[in-house]
Amino acid sequence: MASSKLLSQPRWHRLLRRNLPNARLFSGLPTQHPGSVPEPQNHGEPKSKNKFKTASSTPSSLKEAELAKFAAISDTWWDSEGPFKPLHNMNPTRLAFIRSTLCRHFRKDPLSARPFEGLRIIDVGCGGGILSEPLARMGAIVTGIDAVEKNIRIARLHANMDPTTSNIEYCCTTAEKLVDEQRKFDAVIALEVIEHVADSAEFCKSLSALTAHEGATVVSTLNRSMRSYAAAIVAAEYLLHWLPKGTHQWSSFLTPEELTMILKRASINVKEMAGFVFNPITGRWSLSDDISVNYIAFGTKETNNEE
Amino acid sequence: MVTVKRLALSRRCRQNCGHSNRIDSSEATHRFNQTFKSIEAKPNRSAKEKRAQQVRSSIPAMNRILATKAGSNVYRLRFPWRPFSNDAAPKLSSPTAGNPEKGSEAQQYDIAIVGGGMVGLALACSLASKPLTKHLNVAIVDSNPALGRKNFIKKDDLPDARPLHQDINAWRFVEQHRHAYFDKMQVWDYTGLSYAKYNARDADREVLGCVVENKVLLSSLLSHVQDMDFLKKIHPSRLTSMSILPNSSSSEVDSTSLMTALFTHGRLAKLELEDGSSLYAKLVVGADGGKSRVRELAGIRTTGWNYSQNAIICTVEHAVENHCAWQRFLPSGPLAVLPICDKFSNIVWTMTPKESSDFKSMTDDDFLKAVNHALYYGYGPHPTSGILGSSDLFSWLKGGISSSANDCFEIPPKVIKLASERMAFPLSLRHANDYASKRVVLIGDAAHTVHPLAGQGVNLGFGDASSLSSVISEGIAVGTDIGEVSLLKKYEADRKPANITMMAVLDGFQKAYSVDFGPLNILRAAAFHGAHHISPLKKSIISYASGEMRLPLFA
Repeated sequence: MASSKLLSQPRWHRLLRRNLPNARLFSGLPTQHPGSVPEPQNHGEPKSKNKFKTASSTPSSLKEAELAKFAAISDTWWDSEGPFKPLHNMNPTRLAFIRSTLCRHFRKDPLSARPFEGLRIIDVGCGGGILSEPLARMGAIVTGIDAVEKNIRIARLHANMDPTTSNIEYCCTTAEKLVDEQRKFDAVIALEVIEHVADSAEFCKSLSALTAHEGATVVSTLNRSMRSYAAAIVAAEYLLHWLPKGTHQWSSFLTPEELTMILKRASINVKEMAGFVFNPITGRWSLSDDISVNYIAFGTKETNNEE
Repeated sequence: MVTVKRLALSRRCRQNCGHSNRIDSSEATHRFNQTFKSIEAKPNRSAKEKRAQQVRSSIPAMNRILATKAGSNVYRLRFPWRPFSNDAAPKLSSPTAGNPEKGSEAQQYDIAIVGGGMVGLALACSLASKPLTKHLNVAIVDSNPALGRKNFIKKDDLPDARPLHQDINAWRFVEQHRHAYFDKMQVWDYTGLSYAKYNARDADREVLGCVVENKVLLSSLLSHVQDMDFLKKIHPSRLTSMSILPNSSSSEVDSTSLMTALFTHGRLAKLELEDGSSLYAKLVVGADGGKSRVRELAGIRTTGWNYSQNAIICTVEHAVENHCAWQRFLPSGPLAVLPICDKFSNIVWTMTPKESSDFKSMTDDDFLKAVNHALYYGYGPHPTSGILGSSDLFSWLKGGISSSANDCFEIPPKVIKLASERMAFPLSLRHANDYASKRVVLIGDAAHTVHPLAGQGVNLGFGDASSLSSVISEGIAVGTDIGEVSLLKKYEADRKPANITMMAVLDGFQKAYSVDFGPLNILRAAAFHGAHHISPLKKSIISYASGEMRLPLFA
């Protein structure tokens, strides 16, 4: 199943084989010291969770300020008309992709109301639990982690109110710490996180380490393209005010080819990819082939036997 | 190819999300649209039970009549039916009357459908037939005693049911009882300028539609729901109050039961019933008719106006068998005759309120004479075939199909006897400003009432039920809380445009036909004539009407 899909020459994979002029620096160069890398600014932006992945656990002064900003509006996580509205709107679409790919991978019945029964899933950068709760309702055993303590608190409070979601395990920790604890999960999901970490290669390695044998990894992020600059920076931050200015740094976006490459280096083979497009007339997000702005990738952990 | 796979992925995602394929849900609607409800003839009904359940329906038609003016054919009178209009409903007579909560143990349901009429039961059936929703725990709140009886329709072995009702599959129950297929329809007006005759042959079909009584349809739906492995409980009572608290994330631990804790945090709605019991539900569906209590309690406002028309409904008998639906537009409103079985037909006659009280109070014989007069020579001459002498003009448009274009104008069968008492009720147009609010959603007449001119009311309701069950199914597929407003607004965004358009069109028809103005009469006559002779148009009308095609707007 794995190899045939790779051999079918997806567009992004073909490009990967060529030398990309704008290849980034995960060719093995030593990572810069986390303290000196300008921290991506995440003032409570709706589209991503404030997840910092640092090689060491030295909090910089900037980080404290940003965490504080994010913590200030964390009460509004579950206000579907509040600053996190775009995330709430996009949620069903992301879940549709996750449901479809995971059901197929784990051979679960897609027509069941709780298809993830028995699967251990971790939501890295869970924020207020917007993704974790639906996953729990679909039957999964969910663990949600986030670096911001207040987010975890809000998430826990909200999840406790519904018996179907009160079993979610929320921890204020990082992926790396869990790797140290040698936790394993059937599916590792990190949506809208990787564009905010300091070292994406290390982050992917941690994700991979958390993934169990023959498990699945799902990562979503923004593409680094002209269209995404226009949409996510200019339109979303400056024109429509969906996100606070400075939420995203365009230079830290990853193209699908780059993401595939770093995931491959972390032993995760990307099998499927889809884009999210927003229809301004209906105000709805939908899945499509257009990966030029937002996209989501599903990969499986490569073992030595598979190729 | 990954491209193909991605596309397939999206489609698959959509499918996995619970049959959001529009064709499926619309087919269910159309299949169901082909059923008819006719007037429930209950001459022995006591004053207490006087509910205006008289629903009469016509060809699944009117959905798609938008394209034509000639269209409006038989009507379907959809009376704003009040399932708990029973004045003798039991008051709080139990000893725990003063304290409803302690009376009977409150239960928690996923969905509480308030109103067990056709639309409410159709929603229940639809939920029961979808794989993603059939595990839901549903309560139906309705004081109609008929709903409580189990198996009050015997199920005999049937030959293959007609493939008219595939999705909900309740048609097999309908077939066991009184129903009437008809294959012809004739529409004309009092000016005698033209007429339109439809025949099922024109669209290569055997029948144009079927007329089914309200109670037959209700019991069929109920049997179907009982037949399936579906968790549902019928609460034979009326709704007195409903409360929904705003979301709160306080960390206080409530010492009382989990349900009250969830209710305090805004995750459940609480319904209190007249018999003292209460229940909790994640989602409350208001399917309780034009004077919806759920809508009132949820504080949803409506806009609309009353038509200065009343409708009179009754069942009559003919001397001969009747398999054709007849409709004549008179100056004060249309008169429609629909067959319900063998020699019986239902009459729906729209007229001014004063006339309606006169007609209602006159003797049976006088009324029969008035009906015959209206059908035959009253108010104006009959159209004769080819009066405009332009059949040759349209001959190039006739294919081999328009056999009925050559049919002469037929005189409807005489009405000889009255078979039920006459009921009259006022007509109005009403539309709820919102269909959904937190944990509450409205379907059917609770959301919109229309003029029965084209018999669309319950059809719109079935469309609502179908759309809502799809939306709920998609929501469950991605783990959404079904009471979330954002999910319910998807249903509203789906149905509101269609409903509003239909209401506007019907309102337009009503106004167009209520004016007796020379040029307008000619225009109407031309429309009739066109529909009669232009065979592609006629075929389209029939196809749209019977639900085989949908207008692209609503696809």
